Amino acid sequence: MPFTKRKTRVAGIGRRTSRTGLIAMYAVLIVAAVVVGFPVLFSFSLSFTPLSDIINGIYIPTSLYLENYVNAFEAQPFAQFIVNSFVVGIVGTALQIVFSMLAAYALVFIPFGGKRIIFLVIMATMMIPAEVLVVTNFQTIRAMGLIDTYAGLILPGVATTFGIFLYRQNMMQIPGELKEASDVAGLSRFQFFIRVVVPMVKNTTVTLAIYFFLVTWNAYLWPLISTTNDTARTVQIGLRTLNSSEGMSDFGMMAAGAVITSIPTLALIFFGQKRLQEGMTKGALK
Amino acid sequence: MALRSKRSLAGAEAAGAAAVAVPPKEAPGGKRSLAGWVYLLPSIAIFAIFVIYPFARTIITSFFATTPAGGLTQFIGLSNFITLFTDPLYTQAIANTLIYVVLTVPLTIVIALLLAVLTAQDLPGMGIFRTIFSATMGISVAAAAVFWNLLFNANSGVLNRIIEFFGGEGVGWLIDQNFALVSVSIISIWMNLGMAYLILLGAIKSIDDSYYESVDIVGGGFWYRLRRVTVPLISPSLFFVLTVTLISAFQSFGLIDMLTQGGPNNATVLLIYRLYRDAFVNFRIGSASAQGVILFIVIFAISYIQNKLTESKVTYQ
Amino acid sequence: MAKIVCKDLKKSYDGKTEVLAGINLEIQEGEFFILVGPSGCGKSTLLRIIAGLEGVSAGELIMDGKLANEMLPKDRNLTMVFQSYALYPHLSVRDNILFGLDVKKVAKDEQERRLAEAAELLGLTDYLDRKPRALSGGQRQRVALARSVCSQAPLCLMDEPLSNLDAKLRASMRVEIRRLQQRLGLTVVYVTHDQVEAMTMGDRIAVLSNGRIQQLGTPLELYNHPANEFVATFIGTPQMNMAIAEVQPEGLVLNDDVVVPLSAEDRAKLPAGTRWKVGFRPEQVYPATATSVHQVDVSVVSSEMMGNETLIFFNVGSELFTARWQGQHRVETGAALRVSLDPRYAHFFDVNTGALVRAAEDLDEQGARSTSVVDESLAARMEAAPAAPMA
Repeated sequence: MPFTKRKTRVAGIGRRTSRTGLIAMYAVLIVAAVVVGFPVLFSFSLSFTPLSDIINGIYIPTSLYLENYVNAFEAQPFAQFIVNSFVVGIVGTALQIVFSMLAAYALVFIPFGGKRIIFLVIMATMMIPAEVLVVTNFQTIRAMGLIDTYAGLILPGVATTFGIFLYRQNMMQIPGELKEASDVAGLSRFQFFIRVVVPMVKNTTVTLAIYFFLVTWNAYLWPLISTTNDTARTVQIGLRTLNSSEGMSDFGMMAAGAVITSIPTLALIFFGQKRLQEGMTKGALK
Repeated sequence: MALRSKRSLAGAEAAGAAAVAVPPKEAPGGKRSLAGWVYLLPSIAIFAIFVIYPFARTIITSFFATTPAGGLTQFIGLSNFITLFTDPLYTQAIANTLIYVVLTVPLTIVIALLLAVLTAQDLPGMGIFRTIFSATMGISVAAAAVFWNLLFNANSGVLNRIIEFFGGEGVGWLIDQNFALVSVSIISIWMNLGMAYLILLGAIKSIDDSYYESVDIVGGGFWYRLRRVTVPLISPSLFFVLTVTLISAFQSFGLIDMLTQGGPNNATVLLIYRLYRDAFVNFRIGSASAQGVILFIVIFAISYIQNKLTESKVTYQ
Repeated sequence: MAKIVCKDLKKSYDGKTEVLAGINLEIQEGEFFILVGPSGCGKSTLLRIIAGLEGVSAGELIMDGKLANEMLPKDRNLTMVFQSYALYPHLSVRDNILFGLDVKKVAKDEQERRLAEAAELLGLTDYLDRKPRALSGGQRQRVALARSVCSQAPLCLMDEPLSNLDAKLRASMRVEIRRLQQRLGLTVVYVTHDQVEAMTMGDRIAVLSNGRIQQLGTPLELYNHPANEFVATFIGTPQMNMAIAEVQPEGLVLNDDVVVPLSAEDRAKLPAGTRWKVGFRPEQVYPATATSVHQVDVSVVSSEMMGNETLIFFNVGSELFTARWQGQHRVETGAALRVSLDPRYAHFFDVNTGALVRAAEDLDEQGARSTSVVDESLAARMEAAPAAPMA
């Protein structure tokens, strides 16, 4: 049997794979990639194609046609929405990072009574689907006067079980002797946190930052409920409004809107795929 | 000084405990501090206000008749639940949800697993494939809905044109009562693929080479490796992905809201969408709370079963 | 003034089992003090209590004349070298060495001065910008030591600092740490389970077992006058040979098996009683000469040639005895061997409590004597063995 000469680190298939096996594998992968990528690429193409062409079945732009984007920005204040989404995404992510880091630090490095119970309660909240909570949270946010504010959008999501869990896993791998050495050296608890723990959990922070930003940027239900006008509304809800007001009449403009909405997160995936994959695996293998 | 007060406190403790043989004692400046709670406070406060309180309130409200604003008017026991289960539209929502789960969850996992197995090796071009397959994780429901709507569109959608090109007959996709739920399921599989793929890929890549080398020695093929090595060794991750996908299937709200609004003819009303309609369109807060409780019980049961299975059956490396 | 005083120090984690069951000791200024014992004996706990990383359950810890039970670690003016070295992986060697100095408000130029000095002293000058993971085990150990040196605290606690190094490096670091301690005039409290480290490095040694100090003394005191059976068998390699001994008309019977003939003079010198546990150090199990009174015939179980010395194993009852002879002796397994077990060189312990009843005769004298014995045996062996020695 002919073997490829290339030395491959083979996880799924075997240390060495036959030439035909490799060809079949690449064929399957290319087909899969086309199928998976098609909806996005197709819309991307449509977003640069005039509506008149699309209706006639021409889906590929013949010239650089930007009218769809102009239309989208005119139909809805997308610039404002994008700013809103970035504010909510960045501030939300930062707070989620800080809050879960602090909580995990307490759970790992500070001895205090009731620690175990608190951890179990935090883990248990993971089982409560967010959709069950939105009714009451809407009332709470409204009572706080935070409807249509960034704070109202951000606050309910800044404590995350997943973040606390992942940081805790990571911090438990920091040897206790490092804490003791810093006790002897005279560092305070907070100094140890800032100087040792924060830099040592850097990888988890990167993973979580990517993940939190994706989740916050893509959030749909809560931004839909907690915004009633354009002041704090995120780009997702902008796309929804575009969808429900314009319907599917202007394909190119809808495609442009969806592309605008997806660019930041897709860029994040392109650069952070590996980090995300490594971090998520850690979380899955509790 | 703080130190002095601590010392005297400890001294008092030592004196009080002198009767006991040898009292255990923590490091100087240790256990009695409240520092732990200070660091936990931000998270706990948020959990208390936005998770635990609304959860408790939802449970309570589910037993009450309510005003449109959510005020409790009268205790009515299980009436909200009974009304729901005798409502044919609600039972249809249950049926729709089950069909949706069965259509989406197994396919998502199988496809993600196969793609992960095929891209786990560090061969040329794998970086591109990995990025493409995980990219759907970065796409929001709203954007996904638009992307697919452009493909599905009955009149000038490209999918129908392709079908017609091959001599088939166009389908009504989202506007045909018989196809709408399937169409939504296809989008859902596509959307959930990214995350499932990413987790499984990481799990497969962390399998030690020696497992495959030992199969090489006995000479097993692709399926043999998959069944006997890969799947058993990544079973914890598989279970995790299964649970995550299952739970998110019960929470699929955005696609329905964007694409069908439950139609046509209630064919795509899922439990979560019904909950949203009752809470924010019809303002039946009591009923919506009851639905929330039902949803919680379902999801809790899934998590519980997953936990039990993980403990007993799943192989760890 | 004693640097550290422990008065009836007790420690328990659960309130029932005592990890430390009443420790009394004084550590002097400038002393290299060793805490040695098997794992679980409480030595690390005691060190951590001195560091302030663990609390005291009962008793007093006095440092520099002040009660220190509740003093925070940072107020104790000490440094600690950990078994794992406790180097921060994200910090360079430089920052690891200087770790914590800014918290103690040491001025920047003073820090640089100390850093240069410590790096020079420990040969780390070329590695200051590396991360710990780019260093060898020995270099990491030096970084940990440099951190202690830099802090200029007069007291340094070391918790098995050499246990992660290979044998060769360990031997050279023993010398280096000892030299460092003397040069800087440090008080060192050093925990180890390795009795070789204890013997070679310590000014004084405390042997711990089951949370109690079994004996406290200089290395030679411990070796020559072990307070009990535990210390006797713990200190010295190979381990001291122990047997139950009983006086009978035919001589001293070891483990109901081997009979050591006794002269009238020997009998007169035996300690009171008729039954003890006796211990012979392997180097005091001599080859019998023609004139030996205490000769015993045994059968060789196995032997190990070390080149400069030979270990010969034989059974005394159910116990395996070891003889350690200078030079190279070719002994076949199963061969008959005639050895001398002189009761003068035996330690006698109470058969029930294990406490020392009578130590062996002064080993300083024996040291001189044993050399001559070896010479004799060498001569005897040369006659007997057909093969010539390697040397």
